[in-house]
Amino acid sequence: MHIVVCAKQVPNPEAAFSMFRIDEEAKRMVPAPGLQLVMSPFDEQAVEAALRIREHHADARTTVLTLGPDSARNAIKHGLAMGADEGVLLCDAAFEDADSYTTAHALVAAIRKLGRCDLVLTGRQAADWDAGVVGAGVGELLGLPVITFAKDVHVEDTTVRIERVLDDGTEIMEAAMPALVTVSNELGAARTPNLRETMRAARKPVTVWKAADLGLAADEVGAAGARRVVERLFVPVKNNRCEFIAGSPEEQAAGLAQRLRAAKLI
Amino acid sequence: MTAASTTLVIAELAQGRLSRLTAELLALARRLAAGTGDTVAAAVFANRADGVPEELIARGADHVYWMEHAQLEHYHGESWVSAAAQLCREQVPALVLAGHTAAGADLAPRLAFRLGTAVATGCVAVSLSGGRPVFTRPCFGGNARETLSFTTAPAVATLRAGCCEALARDDTRRGEVTRVVPQLDDETRRVTVVERLTDAVEGVQLEDAQIVIAGGRGLNGPDGFRWLEQLAGVLGGAVGASRVPCDLGWCPRSWQIGLTGRTVQPELYIAVGISGAGHHMAGCGGAKAIVAVNTDRDAAIFKDARFGVVGDYLQIVPAFIDELQKLRPPINADERR
Ligand SMILES: Cc1cc2nc3c(=O)[nH]c(=O)nc-3n(C[C@H](O)[C@H](O)[C@H](O)COP(=O)(O)OP(=O)(O)OC[C@H]3O[C@@H](n4cnc5c(N)ncnc54)[C@H](O)[C@@H]3O)c2cc1C
Ligand SMILES: Nc1ncnc2c1ncn2[C@@H]1O[C@H](COP(=O)(O)O)[C@@H](O)[C@H]1O
Repeated sequence: MHIVVCAKQVPNPEAAFSMFRIDEEAKRMVPAPGLQLVMSPFDEQAVEAALRIREHHADARTTVLTLGPDSARNAIKHGLAMGADEGVLLCDAAFEDADSYTTAHALVAAIRKLGRCDLVLTGRQAADWDAGVVGAGVGELLGLPVITFAKDVHVEDTTVRIERVLDDGTEIMEAAMPALVTVSNELGAARTPNLRETMRAARKPVTVWKAADLGLAADEVGAAGARRVVERLFVPVKNNRCEFIAGSPEEQAAGLAQRLRAAKLI
Repeated sequence: MTAASTTLVIAELAQGRLSRLTAELLALARRLAAGTGDTVAAAVFANRADGVPEELIARGADHVYWMEHAQLEHYHGESWVSAAAQLCREQVPALVLAGHTAAGADLAPRLAFRLGTAVATGCVAVSLSGGRPVFTRPCFGGNARETLSFTTAPAVATLRAGCCEALARDDTRRGEVTRVVPQLDDETRRVTVVERLTDAVEGVQLEDAQIVIAGGRGLNGPDGFRWLEQLAGVLGGAVGASRVPCDLGWCPRSWQIGLTGRTVQPELYIAVGISGAGHHMAGCGGAKAIVAVNTDRDAAIFKDARFGVVGDYLQIVPAFIDELQKLRPPINADERR
């Protein structure tokens, strides 16, 4: 069984927002020096899901597939240190400023080139733009059944069984493989690489492909093939002043109740 | 968009009725159509839909497509995407709007790819610029906003709750209802639902509540939610949470508010033991007033709060409940009914 996990490298989404500078003119996010780049957390959980499947299927082989700049190699290394078997980095100036469509298009070309693939796992959304589109797009372009927001992924023979998060509960679904599943944080924490796996990861193969290696022309990838136009990128202004209510807990409680009453909020 | 084009709203039902967010989407579509003479259409996917087409019209639809099929009764991605794509190919809308719910967030990206177009997810606003729809959505953990447009059509988007105020129901509005039986081929049966497990909801739904009381990691355990429930009982509100208590199993996951949880827009949002991460505020920042109870005076939540109480919730919340009971004697169950 071959599992491909699509994983993106993003600026650490847990970092303080002061580390993120928005250049409104260039419509770009400019990371402050020291802002760490990490594998997007939901993608890390997608790798985790693949490794949990391997615990029951010794033959399962996991490939981490990343489209990004050369630095994104570190996200792949992280996946390999977690226990994935090999990595593929799609790295080419032509891929820059991709949108969800051109990203999915390139990932699909790579998955096809990899050959047999039984299960594609992605994160529910990448923790930079928070779109949640590429996973579904890869599935659609490959013509696979798509199941989103998985909290649990199990494989039995040629069937994948998924527990999917709903707004008010969960549902259990089954699909014949090959299939595409997007993973949500409800899957649980991803494992942290240990020293031994990290050492082993250094010897695992990472293949780098350019657009031409995938048979893609420069005008169908990256910014050139994009369907979305970023009109504006900005930080919303807050004109808020907080009124702190002082005193003992009882006084604070009374003060709060009075103010909420006066403001007709209760 | 050319003159008479169509905006298609994908309807969702809650207990057999229009969901509140669907009514908001219809109002939004109407607002965009005002002045352009565009048509507002709605698609409802259901085997039975008694009264729903009429309600869609009363809330702003000019045309209702009732997609009728046993496989469409509950949300089933493969079937809904297939049916929606068929409808879009026939009716050629310029804009397709769905709610940013578990269903809409699953459907919209797939529909967009199937139609060879693009999608904006989790939007907070849509407007027209030079006749083209532009979408505003939170990104970078809810801390920034981007405004997008597309070079392809139809433009597909999912909208967060509170994107527009729903129109009052007007039963004198007239519209057309077309019953469509979509062709659902074998491919739509590649994915089967084995079982659905629904969390029990007691009292008011989060999205409908005027007052929401939410707890975070600062509650230090599941017991803290009992205090919040008691407070919700006194105020007639609903209880929600940040992601941390959901991940830790202190409360049901369906209570999660935020970027990857639910979006609420109450009059009053009381955040207890929540630090105020952008990811969380993306789901509650639209509240009319926020009250924060937190031991840390420097917590980010106070930047968004109208009233701040610095202190241990275990002291503040019980005292607050006492105070409210003094102000307003507890309503007994009979009166409430
Ligand atoms: C991609 C992504 C998506 C995410 N989506 C969401 C989402 O949808 N919703 C969401 O909520 N989070 C989400 N998160 C997580 C988010 O970044 C924060 O980690 C989370 O919101 C923090 O939860 P918290 O405020 O409860 O906990 P903390 O940040 O740990 O804050 C706890 C607060 O409680 C206070 N406190 C401690 N003890 C007490 C006491 N006794 N009384 C009163 N106050 C006390 C502390 O001072 C602190 O401010 C997401 C994260 C990522 C990376
Ligand atoms: N550049 C990328 N490289 C690899 N996988 C990606 C990339 N962008 C998106 N993905 C995958 O698609 C998911 C959804 O991304 P998005 O639609 O950008 O939110 C992510 O969680 C990843 O699994």
